[in-house]
Amino acid sequence: MKTKSTKGFLQRNLSIIFFIAIVILIALLIPNPYYLGNFVIIGIFTIVVVGLCLLMGYTGQVSLGHAAFYGLGAYSSALLTAKVGFTPLLAMVIAAVITGIVAFLIGIATLRLKEHYLALATLGSGIIIYIFFNEQVNITGGPSGFSGIPYFSFGSWQFDTERSYYFLVWSFVLLAIIFARNIVSSRIGRALRAIHTSEIAATCMGIPAFQYKVQIFVISAIYASIAGSLYAHYITFMSPSPFGFQASVEFVLMAAIGGLASIWGPLFGVTAVLFLTEFLKTVVPEIMPSAGGEYEIIFFGLILVIVMIFMPEGLVGGIKDYFAKGKIKKLAIKVNQDLAEFPENDLPSDRNKGVQ
Amino acid sequence: MPLGNELLQYLLTGLTLGGIYALIALGFVTIYTVTGHINFTQGEFVMLGALTSISMIKLGLPMWLAITVAVAIVGIFGAAFERVVIYPARNSSVVTIIIITIGFSVAIRGVALLLWGTQSYPMQPFSSGPPINILGAIMNRQSIWVLLLSIVVVITLFIFFERTVMGKALKACAINRLAASLMGISPQKMSLFCFSLCASIGALAGIFITPITTATYDMGLMLGLKGFVAAVLGGLTNTTGAILGGFLLGILEAMGAGLISSGYKDAISFLILLLVLLNRPEGLLGKPERDRV
Repeated sequence: MKTKSTKGFLQRNLSIIFFIAIVILIALLIPNPYYLGNFVIIGIFTIVVVGLCLLMGYTGQVSLGHAAFYGLGAYSSALLTAKVGFTPLLAMVIAAVITGIVAFLIGIATLRLKEHYLALATLGSGIIIYIFFNEQVNITGGPSGFSGIPYFSFGSWQFDTERSYYFLVWSFVLLAIIFARNIVSSRIGRALRAIHTSEIAATCMGIPAFQYKVQIFVISAIYASIAGSLYAHYITFMSPSPFGFQASVEFVLMAAIGGLASIWGPLFGVTAVLFLTEFLKTVVPEIMPSAGGEYEIIFFGLILVIVMIFMPEGLVGGIKDYFAKGKIKKLAIKVNQDLAEFPENDLPSDRNKGVQ
Repeated sequence: MPLGNELLQYLLTGLTLGGIYALIALGFVTIYTVTGHINFTQGEFVMLGALTSISMIKLGLPMWLAITVAVAIVGIFGAAFERVVIYPARNSSVVTIIIITIGFSVAIRGVALLLWGTQSYPMQPFSSGPPINILGAIMNRQSIWVLLLSIVVVITLFIFFERTVMGKALKACAINRLAASLMGISPQKMSLFCFSLCASIGALAGIFITPITTATYDMGLMLGLKGFVAAVLGGLTNTTGAILGGFLLGILEAMGAGLISSGYKDAISFLILLLVLLNRPEGLLGKPERDRV
């Protein structure tokens, strides 16, 4: 009895165990702190993008302003620890509450809108918050920013090396993914997917669509806020530039490249995008020696366009499709054989009539 | 300066800005009504127009020829963009198309950075002379050119849509794509033409504003966003609305910058947008939409 349930637990959590193994393996295989630093950033972005996927992929609501929530988390944590003297953990919780409240207010105002309008409303909210970071010079230090943010710590346990921070961030990634997986496979997750398919149909089935949309918006903002707090204690310096419109767009791109409606997609999307950026940064200057700026964005943009044209479901969806094609062929052959066994008049003929 | 004069000054500044926003908004609205896509590359057309014309002038072409060549190049570029990027993805979801156009605009910005670098390029005003004094407020001569351009473009478009076969075909596509294709109009060709047309209008807007603001490789981002805001303010499917939205946004922005704070200028325009969206999601002139189940 006991062995059976353990086996079931292992099967259900195979991907999680695999994930933990890879995280530890990377830490063991990469002794160079600079490269580990890249993985810290990948982890932080993954947390944001997992939250964004809950909102975009599962619920079907666009947000072009998520960098602002990421920034709110980062600034709240930074200010509370550097200027008020709170412990990082307490600051992170308060930052999440502040961001949650702001997201709630923006959510109840904007989530009645659809598609382009929602995209524009979230974009507008994001830009307004970004301008506040820039203009409230006496609080945020304005465009030149401020430093002196302490490293993350639990009591006397300080995360001041790349390696310890790597493990800290990836523990948060693990929690984020498990939490998202539980939401998606629960009653709420089914309701969210129903809203994505058709909000009106979902409402008719008794799902309080608007309430769920606001809740998931707040949850995804809190994801971004926690990632922001982790970022603040990692970089230990705050300026507004990583939280602008460009960053919001990059989050959406990472989500889209990975595959919007998947829990593991964000991990692939963020890793692919950041590796690609690093790769282009080293390769482009060699191909074009005269080039010295951020020219990798050319290829970045083009690759994004190509992925979206040929793999609208993102990398995870695209790869799944590729493997599913063979299966579908086999299935189609089987269905044809099954149908051939039935006499013609047994086929349901009123399939297209619908509800009268 | 007395308050009345000050307000008049902001009004004139706002009209200039508004003229540009209106032209960009027209591009958004025309493409949206004819093809159903939101084209976030619109702002990059503005930038390409401005920088290409500056390069043409540097090559030694006279100004009028440089402008014509630049507008033609951007128009062809717009058509190529439609064929290569939009056409293969035309049946994708709204979000996918938004992401594709944003991705492509990032790539264009990168190419512009490669070709023109980060410096800002000035351009000679179209007519020289001191600024004009209107009732105590001062107006650049170039601002008058911008206003003239927006009036001319609007009138030309009006005649084009109402009096020519091509324009009527476009309008038919905007009203009902399926019915139009049953009447022998090819929505694909119309989409191609429409992108080319809107790219040219964007390029013109960019060229005319450059003597006032100078041109940089990243000017398209904010201009494109403001144009989109103006289009949504006006209702997204309504040409008159887009023009009104553009001027309204320009004037409110200039007033906000002058009377409240120039740092919060962009925040003010997005705040106005949010207020309008929350109270009238269909825009100022749009008709409310009902969902069909």
